[in-house]
Amino acid sequence: MTLTLQQQPTVPLEAEVLSPDVIAPLGLDAVRALPVFHGKRQRRLDEFFSVVGSPGDDLEIEGDLRKVKWIGRGMTRGRVAVRGDVGMHLGAYMKGGSIEVTGSASDWVGGEMSGGTIRISGNAGGQIGAAYRGSSTGMADGTIVVGGSAGLEVGMRMKRGIIVIGGPVRDFAGLQMKGGTIVLGAGAELRTGAWMMRGTIVSLKPIPIMPTFAYASTYTPTFLRILARHLATLGVTLPTDDAKGSYHRYNGDSSVPGKGELFVWSASAEASARQG
Amino acid sequence: MLRITGGRVYDPANGVDGVVKDICVADGRVVADVQRARTIDATGLLVFPGGVDVHTHVAGGALNFARGLVPENQRAARKFLRSPDRRAGLGGMTPTTFATGYLYAGMGWTTVNEAAVPILSAKHTHEELHDTPIVDKSSLLLMANNEIVLDLLEAGEAERARHVVAWLIWAAKVYGVKAVNPGGVAAWKWGKNAGTLHEPIQGYSRVTPAKIIAELAQIVDDLALPHPLHLHANHLGIPGNFETTIETMQVIDGRRAHLAHLQFHAYGGDDWGNMRSQAAAVAEEFNKRRNLTTDAGAILFGDAVTITADGPWQHLLYQLTGRKWGNLDVENETGCGIVPYVYKDRSLVNAVQWAVGLELLLLIDDPWRVFLTTDHPNGGAFWRYPEIIRMLMDVEFRKTQIAALPEAARSRMTLPEITRQYTLSEIAIITSAGPARALGMPQKGHLGVGADADIAIYPEKPDDGVLFSYPRYVLKAGDVVVEEGDVRAVNDGREFIVRPAYDETIEEYLRPLFQKVYTMSFENYPVELERVRNAEIRS
Repeated sequence: MTLTLQQQPTVPLEAEVLSPDVIAPLGLDAVRALPVFHGKRQRRLDEFFSVVGSPGDDLEIEGDLRKVKWIGRGMTRGRVAVRGDVGMHLGAYMKGGSIEVTGSASDWVGGEMSGGTIRISGNAGGQIGAAYRGSSTGMADGTIVVGGSAGLEVGMRMKRGIIVIGGPVRDFAGLQMKGGTIVLGAGAELRTGAWMMRGTIVSLKPIPIMPTFAYASTYTPTFLRILARHLATLGVTLPTDDAKGSYHRYNGDSSVPGKGELFVWSASAEASARQG
Repeated sequence: MLRITGGRVYDPANGVDGVVKDICVADGRVVADVQRARTIDATGLLVFPGGVDVHTHVAGGALNFARGLVPENQRAARKFLRSPDRRAGLGGMTPTTFATGYLYAGMGWTTVNEAAVPILSAKHTHEELHDTPIVDKSSLLLMANNEIVLDLLEAGEAERARHVVAWLIWAAKVYGVKAVNPGGVAAWKWGKNAGTLHEPIQGYSRVTPAKIIAELAQIVDDLALPHPLHLHANHLGIPGNFETTIETMQVIDGRRAHLAHLQFHAYGGDDWGNMRSQAAAVAEEFNKRRNLTTDAGAILFGDAVTITADGPWQHLLYQLTGRKWGNLDVENETGCGIVPYVYKDRSLVNAVQWAVGLELLLLIDDPWRVFLTTDHPNGGAFWRYPEIIRMLMDVEFRKTQIAALPEAARSRMTLPEITRQYTLSEIAIITSAGPARALGMPQKGHLGVGADADIAIYPEKPDDGVLFSYPRYVLKAGDVVVEEGDVRAVNDGREFIVRPAYDETIEEYLRPLFQKVYTMSFENYPVELERVRNAEIRS
């Protein structure tokens, strides 16, 4: 089924009905009549979207969706393909299925999700897989892969699951992290891993290390090789060739005190210089 | 005008125990008879006086702080959408003001007593109570750590202290006096807590917790306030505190007092590792003292938010949980701590607490002196009261709940040996008739002629098997506000306040003190009477 945004909302449109769980059991007319909130006013889905095809577990959503929030909220199954930039809270509370965005996403992608896969070809905002304000834990499982850059507090309070960001990331990646894995393809700005209790952050580019992280050793742990094999299935490359380099390991955050680990890739020339 | 016909009526205050009779309502009151009135057919239904909550926290600065502290609970809470006659709101552990009214009424409760108001936030409290619809309200003033009062006790000026207390009650437009951890909150401002009942508290040489309790209880009796001193005793929540509780009863002596949330004050042992129930010892002492009433402060497993003026205890609880902690200092008057908490049935301590609440309700022999509360939201949200009623009325169900607890916990309680089951009439006493009498509200808690027409009508055999969870009808001041468990009409409740007599010249004593120690000017301090909407003044 294909939904195309025809009428650009003037204020954000809350559209958590755009989920296979909601749409698949309905007839076409019922889908068109689904409620969305345009600001505080309740409207019909077809006042904004054209709805074509038969309802099912496969949804294609097209258009400039930057003002459309909560797509795929709490979904447990099926596939959502988004063509165009998309608004906040994409795949929040998601439990299963997959969301694929050709374009960029806003803040809170996969907020408090517990399963499923979200892939974004472009950039994403902040608080990816994070805990909503007040919650003690963020993402509890699942996978988020962002091709481009990301904003603040990526993986804040996450407990399990994998987040991969291809481009540069802003401050506080892995803030208060409790578990899970964050892979930073192009490094991050300040205070990566601040207050992290457990979990793993891997950076393929040098990053500023907080003074509360202690250098431990330089090596490539076995689990990174296993992780690399898994990430390869998602099209993400994690270097594990000893000839090309290895990882500096830092433990922290000792201010919490935490047992997190920070791995920073170091190409072989640099690695041997450090060891020498 | 209204006639409720065919229902089995439970009105223990008037000796009516399950008799099928008509109840007639006109002009918001119960009357002897009505002609040509609308009839509610209550055949097969139970007719109860509307519930009265003697101790709850539903409005004011501390509660609002708690609402803000737990956005994660608010997100998970039941939503109330706006409708032509209902405002939007959230349920959950700390419901918003309007939702509080809908939830209480939706359960058949029609009067609530907000148990902790600092004078400095009394204006805020009254604004929130005004926005709590349907139910009638009263509130109690925090007094046992007020430094002006404590200074007077230190100086031995009991007479002047009485005038100050009376002036403060009218200034705050409240209904009675609350004492929380007497002396302990004042000591907390030095980073300390109160010690034993007879040790002077930090900053004073003669003021002890015992002195504060005895003198405040005396003042409340001398002022002839409708509700006795409402006391949150010292050492709340601490293993071994049952001795303090029994000693507190002795200190109160022959004066009137209401011991709040007794569950939190009936623990044995001397450490979290060996904590056990001492409900039997506390109940035995309590049973002998006819001058006292109490409420259970029972806990239920699941999420809760603890809110109390007992700052030092909350700091300890925060250290135990390692979660969030809010701490407020209310100038010269009191303090406040807020800690979100989860009661777990696998936890030994929580399992003992759970048992103690039920044990007290079952071991205190006079239902007219022990009332149903969870110290909302401390032990669990008020809208879970039907769960407790079920455990009181059904010993077999209770046994299945006890069986699920850890073995180590079961050996630390007497609950498994207790076979008492509450009757419907006794439920009417602990939820309505008893608390109304303890609050000194003669128009509440019964269905006799002249009573307020606050009536809850429940199905005898509810669909979900849990009595009292969904009333078929609720009447408030004669209006049918709930039908089929759903709020259908909303009216405004009243607020009960008292105006005790005091010497007007006491203001000349207080004014310079205010200028010296308060951040607020004396003129701005009292709550204007106009601010209390639908006030009903008792003198």
